[in-house]
Amino acid sequence: MRIELSPRASVSPIWRAIAPVLAFVTAFLIAGFVIWLMGRSPIAAFQVYVSQPLSDPWALQEILVKATPLALIAIGLSYCFRANLWNIGAEGQYVIGAVVGSWIALKTHGTDAGAWVLPAMLAAGILGGALYGLIPAFLKTRFGVNEILTSLMLVYIAQLVLDYLVRGPWRDPKGFNFPQSVTFDPAATLPPIFDAGRVHYGAVFAAVAVLVTAVVLGRTLFGYRLRLTGDAPRAARFAGFSAKTTTLAVFAISGGLAGLAGISEVAGQIGQLQPSISPGYGFTAITVAYLGRLNPIGILVAALVVSLTFIGGESAQIMLKLPLDLTQAFQGILLLCVLAADALVSNRVRIVSRGGVR
Amino acid sequence: MTTFEAILLTIVTASTPLLIASLGELVAERSGVLNLGVEGMMAMGAACSFAAAVTFNSTAIGVGAGVLAGAVMAALFALVVLGFAANQVGSGLAVTIFGLGLSGLIGAPFVGARRDPVAPLHLPGLTDLPVIGRLFFGQDLFVYGSLVLTLAVALYLNRTRAGLILRSIGENHASAHGLGLPVLKTRFLAILFGGACAGLAGAYLSLVYTRFWSPGMTAGRGWIALALVVFAAWRPKWVLIGAYVFGAATVLQLHAQAAQFGVPSQLLSAVPYLATILALLLLSLRHGRAIGTPGSLGVPFVPDR
Amino acid sequence: MSSRTLIGALVGAAALAFSAGGADAQQKLKVGFIYVGPVGDHGWSYQHDVGRKAIEKAFGDNVETTYVESVPEADSERAIEQLARTGHGLIFTTSFGFMEPTLKVAKKYPNIKFEHATGFKRAPNLSTYAAKFHEGRYVIGQIAGKMTKSGTIGYVGAFPIPEVVAGINSYFLGAQSVNPGVKLKVVWANSWYDPAKEADAGKALLDQGVDVLAQHTDSPAPLQAAEARGKFGFGQASDMERFAPKAQLTAIVDNWSDYYVARTKAVLDGTWKSEDLWGGFDKGMVVMSPFKNMPDDVKKLAEETEAAIKAGTLNPFKCPIVKQDGTTVECKGNGALSDEQVLGMNFYVKGIDDKLPQ
Repeated sequence: MRIELSPRASVSPIWRAIAPVLAFVTAFLIAGFVIWLMGRSPIAAFQVYVSQPLSDPWALQEILVKATPLALIAIGLSYCFRANLWNIGAEGQYVIGAVVGSWIALKTHGTDAGAWVLPAMLAAGILGGALYGLIPAFLKTRFGVNEILTSLMLVYIAQLVLDYLVRGPWRDPKGFNFPQSVTFDPAATLPPIFDAGRVHYGAVFAAVAVLVTAVVLGRTLFGYRLRLTGDAPRAARFAGFSAKTTTLAVFAISGGLAGLAGISEVAGQIGQLQPSISPGYGFTAITVAYLGRLNPIGILVAALVVSLTFIGGESAQIMLKLPLDLTQAFQGILLLCVLAADALVSNRVRIVSRGGVR
Repeated sequence: MTTFEAILLTIVTASTPLLIASLGELVAERSGVLNLGVEGMMAMGAACSFAAAVTFNSTAIGVGAGVLAGAVMAALFALVVLGFAANQVGSGLAVTIFGLGLSGLIGAPFVGARRDPVAPLHLPGLTDLPVIGRLFFGQDLFVYGSLVLTLAVALYLNRTRAGLILRSIGENHASAHGLGLPVLKTRFLAILFGGACAGLAGAYLSLVYTRFWSPGMTAGRGWIALALVVFAAWRPKWVLIGAYVFGAATVLQLHAQAAQFGVPSQLLSAVPYLATILALLLLSLRHGRAIGTPGSLGVPFVPDR
Repeated sequence: MSSRTLIGALVGAAALAFSAGGADAQQKLKVGFIYVGPVGDHGWSYQHDVGRKAIEKAFGDNVETTYVESVPEADSERAIEQLARTGHGLIFTTSFGFMEPTLKVAKKYPNIKFEHATGFKRAPNLSTYAAKFHEGRYVIGQIAGKMTKSGTIGYVGAFPIPEVVAGINSYFLGAQSVNPGVKLKVVWANSWYDPAKEADAGKALLDQGVDVLAQHTDSPAPLQAAEARGKFGFGQASDMERFAPKAQLTAIVDNWSDYYVARTKAVLDGTWKSEDLWGGFDKGMVVMSPFKNMPDDVKKLAEETEAAIKAGTLNPFKCPIVKQDGTTVECKGNGALSDEQVLGMNFYVKGIDDKLPQ
């Protein structure tokens, strides 16, 4: 017995839309079975995991908060991935963006510097992330060093840089020598969109990034060039597109958006620098980018879905006392189902018994 | 035993799990499959091997269980990326998330259990030789196994017909398929081998390195293994060198701290990563650009008819 | 108290607690915990979970406990608020990095009681608590000073934060008090929890001539490394004897159980007040596990020191305390350093050759 694949001649948009839903159903059936085996109610689990967060304004807001950095980073990564460049160092670009942006907040702390502080911080965050992203790009274009390794190693280095700064030079002098910076001034804080809410303006940046990317990819020469470089590098070369310029450009965009996500989180959510400022957003965003098929709208949806699984997982721990490991395993299964369903839409699968048609 | 010898021994221990996992990933990648599930497979290997070793009170059974666990995870990954031709990067990450979660569930009843040390090799006379005795003749079996594995993988890839087939499939699956080579079957076996190696590396962590299990104990070593394959430009010999360079840098930075140079510890902790980037940079300068990336790496295979 | 009045008090307290929590009509106090690591870490989070179980054991059906494990500090506000929104009347957040998020959530939910471990920011409904682990470290320092043959003792630290630095100083002062020529080597793992790296750090120290090893990271790995080399070590956070029956001289055990039970009872009784508790041997928050693998005279010395610290006749940081540069630290406590000075300690005492990472 073996599996045979063949590409479908035409892919129906309806199936494209239904496939993820079917994947969800499959994943929940698998998880429900496991939960039933554990002697719990699968229906209660589904309610806590999905229905409840989706019907609770507070949880919806939290989903937005969590999806914001994921969407920003994943949108940036989609530029790299479309050009077949493996930037897996977004976590590091996020951290450096946060560090560089925060530098302005710390320098102006207590000086009443005015309204320019926040825009400057955001710009510095973008610049910091972009420059950090350009390191692997430069090493690749200039010396042919593979970007997978360099971008990953730079993540660890970025985290140590942050660690050094908050434990050393940037430590709050009044904080009992604990490793954290001063709390940012109001002028250096990214305000919430609604009063008393937690959704900050980072969500707006994410929305803008999605829209701009949709236009860039669909309507501009640059977008065409990206797709060509990724799909047919030789053709791109013949068309006179320099692979070097493309590499530098997409890493700068990707790093810049990760940096923006970093400074937005620090200035909007956390309010100070501390040794840990990301629960792995840079890595989760890679999954988000692929889950969203590298398509801007898809990425937005994927970011929301992935956030939902985090928040649902927490609820399941609290309400049903299901272990974190179980919800994490479920998250993995869910992602696999969605990706498999997605592939099934494009390809026909037949189970062929031995000796069948070759 | 002198300090120098002792340091060398620690470096060997630190490098071995990286070497084993990298070799497996290397074979998978040479066949054209990018498996980002190494970390999850390694975590499963660590949990299952420890659980089995404690339950049956046998290290050998533990190792077998670890290898099997890695392979089973790999089979799941293979089903999705080969059977359904799903995106490899996304699927690999999903397998990592799944493996980290599942390993936590499997290992939870074994928190607090411990195993006795695995006895290292002892050859009377040879092991007692000064300086080189312990280093060459006094390691545990995993270490020798990892070196044999390196050699075997190198010979397989470069000297056998099967290895040639695997490489050509990795270079260009469309033309390999056109030549009638079994693309999916070869890749399936390569992925299984990669998973088994990751499982073995995990077993080494929980049975030899620390001899207890705790959740998330792989602590990112699967990612380092992935990076080392790139570092090695997909050549087994360089995986060996890379794993030992990284292992040495990890251990030596701790010694540098203990020797009290007064450098910030964060800077020293960054040394392994900086050293790897620098080494790769130097290699690239010597060997020219873009070396050895398998042509079909990461591209799903769907035969056109 | 008769059982009837006890029940009356419980019902009253529970009603009080829930009038705020907005919970269902359950007559139970729900107690929630936020852990920074997995409950299976053998160390920090594991011991807090032991305390959680003690609450369940002490109050049976009158309480319900919940935990959320491995909560990233940057993402903790939501997890804490989830507990607050799901009817928990008492919430413990058990890592320093949860300080600001706990404060924010506490302000939003004034009728719920919060307890934050190892921080310094309080509110009318937010207590802080921590343990004087450095008292235990003075005892193990004396044991190390007596047991070392090479004259060099070692310490694996996680991060150079005041709590760890104070522990190192106390350990060294203890050792010096019985062995004036003793030397100390410190290695930072730059991680609370990476068993293999902790093992490497321990081995590095042993390779450099250390024969008694202390650690301030979570796993038993360094202790196990000492056992494998036939050297000595100490358990950290929990009794780790089963991992190293020949090497463990004693362990500094974090005992949160009594405190957690007392605070739960206070909520049930309606007597809970915002406090700051920093307890050591005297409050039973720090406990030494049985002294083993050492000669009787060392054991006797250790027991006497423990008793003296418990009775308050001995303070590890009794003045004068001299810094590495030879300056004497201003004595702000009563014949010893004040609590604030210990809590914010960022210098090594004279005699430690190493340089403290700043």
